[in-house]
Amino acid sequence: MAMEYSEEVMDHFMNPRNVGEIEDADAIGEVGNAKCGDIMRMYLKIENGIIKDVKFKTFGCGSAIATSSKATEMIKGKNIKDAARLTNQAVVESLNGLPKVKIHCSVLAEQAVKAALLDYCKKNNLDVKKTLGEDFNIKNEHECESCE
Amino acid sequence: MPEKIIYVDNAATTKVSKACLDAMLPFFEDNYGNPSSIYKIAHTAKFALEKAREKAAKALGAEKEEIFFTSCGTESNNWAIKSCAFLGKEKGKTHLITSNIEHHSVLNSFKSLEKQGFNVTYLPVNSDGLIDKNQVEKAITEKTSLVSIMYANNEIGTIQPIEKIAKICKEKNITFHTDAVQAVGHIDISLNKGNINLLSISGHKIHAPKGVGILYIKKGTKIKSFLDGGGQEKMLRAGTENVAFANAIATALEIATKNIEEKEKKVKILRDMLLQKIEGKIEKFRVNGTLKERLSSNLNLSFEGIEGESLLLLLDSKNICASSGSACTSNSLDPSHVLLAIGLKPELAHGSLRISLSEENTKEEIDKIAEVLVYSVNRLREMSPIWN
Ligand SMILES: Cc1ncc(COP(=O)(O)O)c(C=O)c1O
Repeated sequence: MAMEYSEEVMDHFMNPRNVGEIEDADAIGEVGNAKCGDIMRMYLKIENGIIKDVKFKTFGCGSAIATSSKATEMIKGKNIKDAARLTNQAVVESLNGLPKVKIHCSVLAEQAVKAALLDYCKKNNLDVKKTLGEDFNIKNEHECESCE
Repeated sequence: MPEKIIYVDNAATTKVSKACLDAMLPFFEDNYGNPSSIYKIAHTAKFALEKAREKAAKALGAEKEEIFFTSCGTESNNWAIKSCAFLGKEKGKTHLITSNIEHHSVLNSFKSLEKQGFNVTYLPVNSDGLIDKNQVEKAITEKTSLVSIMYANNEIGTIQPIEKIAKICKEKNITFHTDAVQAVGHIDISLNKGNINLLSISGHKIHAPKGVGILYIKKGTKIKSFLDGGGQEKMLRAGTENVAFANAIATALEIATKNIEEKEKKVKILRDMLLQKIEGKIEKFRVNGTLKERLSSNLNLSFEGIEGESLLLLLDSKNICASSGSACTSNSLDPSHVLLAIGLKPELAHGSLRISLSEENTKEEIDKIAEVLVYSVNRLREMSPIWN
């Protein structure tokens, strides 16, 4: 394979953590589109501001699956403010790097988590800044040109 | 001892055969002379070079004088297309015709010519992946100098009606080139009898090494040199001849063009077996491109709900080497232009898998591929948000 993945990426691809759905999820976030070749959907179970459970489903390449898996691992058990500060760089570092052309997968993983957290605020009529932090934002760096 | 791999990516490249290796080895340490020099080891090299040319010509049903050694299939394509385009321009002809499923070495040659003022018609293929000769005929104008249509496609293996197109071009006095990199060794090509002016070949698809090719130039076809330099290859392709690789590709051609029918039949049985084994076990997949006018060695499938690169990684984890038209397996963001050209939605193009067999593959390997494929597709679908 021309693509050089770290052992950590391959481990998360071959043995993804937290795959699946949560039937009674408190929040769901979905980003990406099939046209571009990757979609991530995150399910969160939140109790008292803590992410009690998280599951994901991803359509995409090896690194899309690995970054989803890693991101779920990084936010599980965290309070939602901390989870809202997840960055794609942190996901990349935690995976011991990603090939340059795959960085957008880590951005998607960050976005998926944040989209789910936003959904949580919306569903519960919570103020986004108060709940997720003043600096909360979803960056839109998905570099695929065919994405509308 | 490396683990045994199942190699079904022969359209990407092939293993160098023992015969090719043996054919080239004497020219590294013993007969390493420059064929243009005058002493004995140079003579031996020159003689071997011309023998190789003869051998290649015979395998293709061509004349020795029509065989020109190049550094790869990409060079052969660039040389044929660009030099013919510029020759045409000298006569005021600036229109060129090709297809929209060509290999990048052809497509990008035309793109670069477009930037230099040429008009290029990219003929669309139908959903089977085929071009109709009438499309070519209709596209030809008074300004057309060159038509270039690939013989067999590298992704979906579809075979175009090349001799029919070549005939039309001959009648209209237009140069016809074909990229036959994927066709040689799979289709019986007899160049003397036909009307193809220029034909490109690459060594590494037929068990010779990477980095050697041939451009066949039919007697009487006007072409210019592409590389400026010394007087090698009748002043048309400068650069000290690679005698070792010329011998390897000639040997590869000699072997590849023997018993084609028999070999294709054998490979087709394996391909059909694989298809049959997964039909019924995997739902919602399609075969890309027609199964009729197609290389027997090629199978290109698209699976709904999954992405090709992750499928390749799972196959690789079981030592199966294949490829995909997914954007994620290239360095671009777009999925295969060939799969889009036959009308696939991008998501199906992302979920494609190309299996390209050789005569060396076995029934046991097909069993294993089918088993791993069924497992892998199901596994990826289980984690896919667009599959239920
Ligand atoms: C159809 C086709 N044309 C041209 C080429 C380029 O050949 P080479 O790799 O020798 O430059 C290839 C192989 O990559 C091919 O499949």
